[in-house]
Amino acid sequence: MTLHRRAVVRALMQNPTDDLLVIAGLGQCTWDITEAGDRPQNLPLWGGMGGAVMIGLGLALAQPDKRVLVITGDGDMLMGLGSLATVAAQRPANLVIVVLDNEKFGETGNQATHTAPVAGGPSDRGAGTDLAAVARGCGIADSTTVTQEADIAVLARDARTKSGPIFRNVKVLVETLPNTIVPPKDGAYLKDRFRQAVVGAA
Amino acid sequence: MTTATADWREQIFDTLKAHDIRQVYYVPDAGHATLIEACQNANSMRAIVLTTEEEAMAGTLGAWLGGEKSVTLMQSSGVGNCINMLGLSKTLRYPMLMLITMRGDFGEMNPWQNSMGQATPKVLEATGCIVFSVERPEDVQPTVNAAANMAFEGNQAVAVLLRQKLIGAKSFGKK
Repeated sequence: MTLHRRAVVRALMQNPTDDLLVIAGLGQCTWDITEAGDRPQNLPLWGGMGGAVMIGLGLALAQPDKRVLVITGDGDMLMGLGSLATVAAQRPANLVIVVLDNEKFGETGNQATHTAPVAGGPSDRGAGTDLAAVARGCGIADSTTVTQEADIAVLARDARTKSGPIFRNVKVLVETLPNTIVPPKDGAYLKDRFRQAVVGAA
Repeated sequence: MTTATADWREQIFDTLKAHDIRQVYYVPDAGHATLIEACQNANSMRAIVLTTEEEAMAGTLGAWLGGEKSVTLMQSSGVGNCINMLGLSKTLRYPMLMLITMRGDFGEMNPWQNSMGQATPKVLEATGCIVFSVERPEDVQPTVNAAANMAFEGNQAVAVLLRQKLIGAKSFGKK
């Protein structure tokens, strides 16, 4: 694995229009989208593990003319695998799910998740779970894995323009990153600023 | 339209429609079957089947962020699946309307339902939900209407428990 998560997120979020609505799963992704540029149309999650994709689905159905981008980690995705089937049943054309898969529970000591290889070690190993295959099996036909630097430009373009639902599992390096900008933490503030940006006051 | 003689299930549907509910999240329950079918057939609503009830709390947040109202239909056992997600409403202060058909309640014949059924109101209250309980058909419509008002006007989680005295206990063939 050679991809750096921050570079992937910067590519996904470069020059965002107001019509790009971004949900970040709890953990490192919350810091990643903030580092790429905090804005009202970002919802960095600090809790509700396993819920990022469903927040994206409810939003995508309510705002079919805007693009909804869910950026989350393998740990959050594994906790909400069923939500991929729920998405597939609704087929929202404006929903993009990008998993930054470093094969680790990064917030808790870098224990292996199920996406890590079986051969990873005798006591801390994964199952080789292929999230793109899971998403495809759930009914999201356009589901692939991204591993190469050369594929990032296509990933970023697809995330903005291709008809969804789209699922991309991006294999990224395990990194300890400087978190210089703290994402807003107050849930009611985050909800209000996001909702006002999308639907106006009230 | 709602009439004095209308079935309480039809009255719930009419009330949801009157409140402009657009997204209906559900894990099926026999007590909600008629309502689910009505929502599936309504042009103004999207019925969203879930793999587990906790998906609804996150979906509800997304819907609200995008300006749409939603409701969750589930059985009391499903409430146990939702505990961490139920707390999101208190943290982000957004409306969460839940209509919950009870099991493990008055006259339950399947003892495996009893522990979660009896814990349902306590779990909801512990996570910050307002809980209403309905046992008589004539109380259903006013209670669902009041719950919707409190949820959407107050950015509040509100649950209506449709008790087994109202919906009846599953008989499993026994008289």
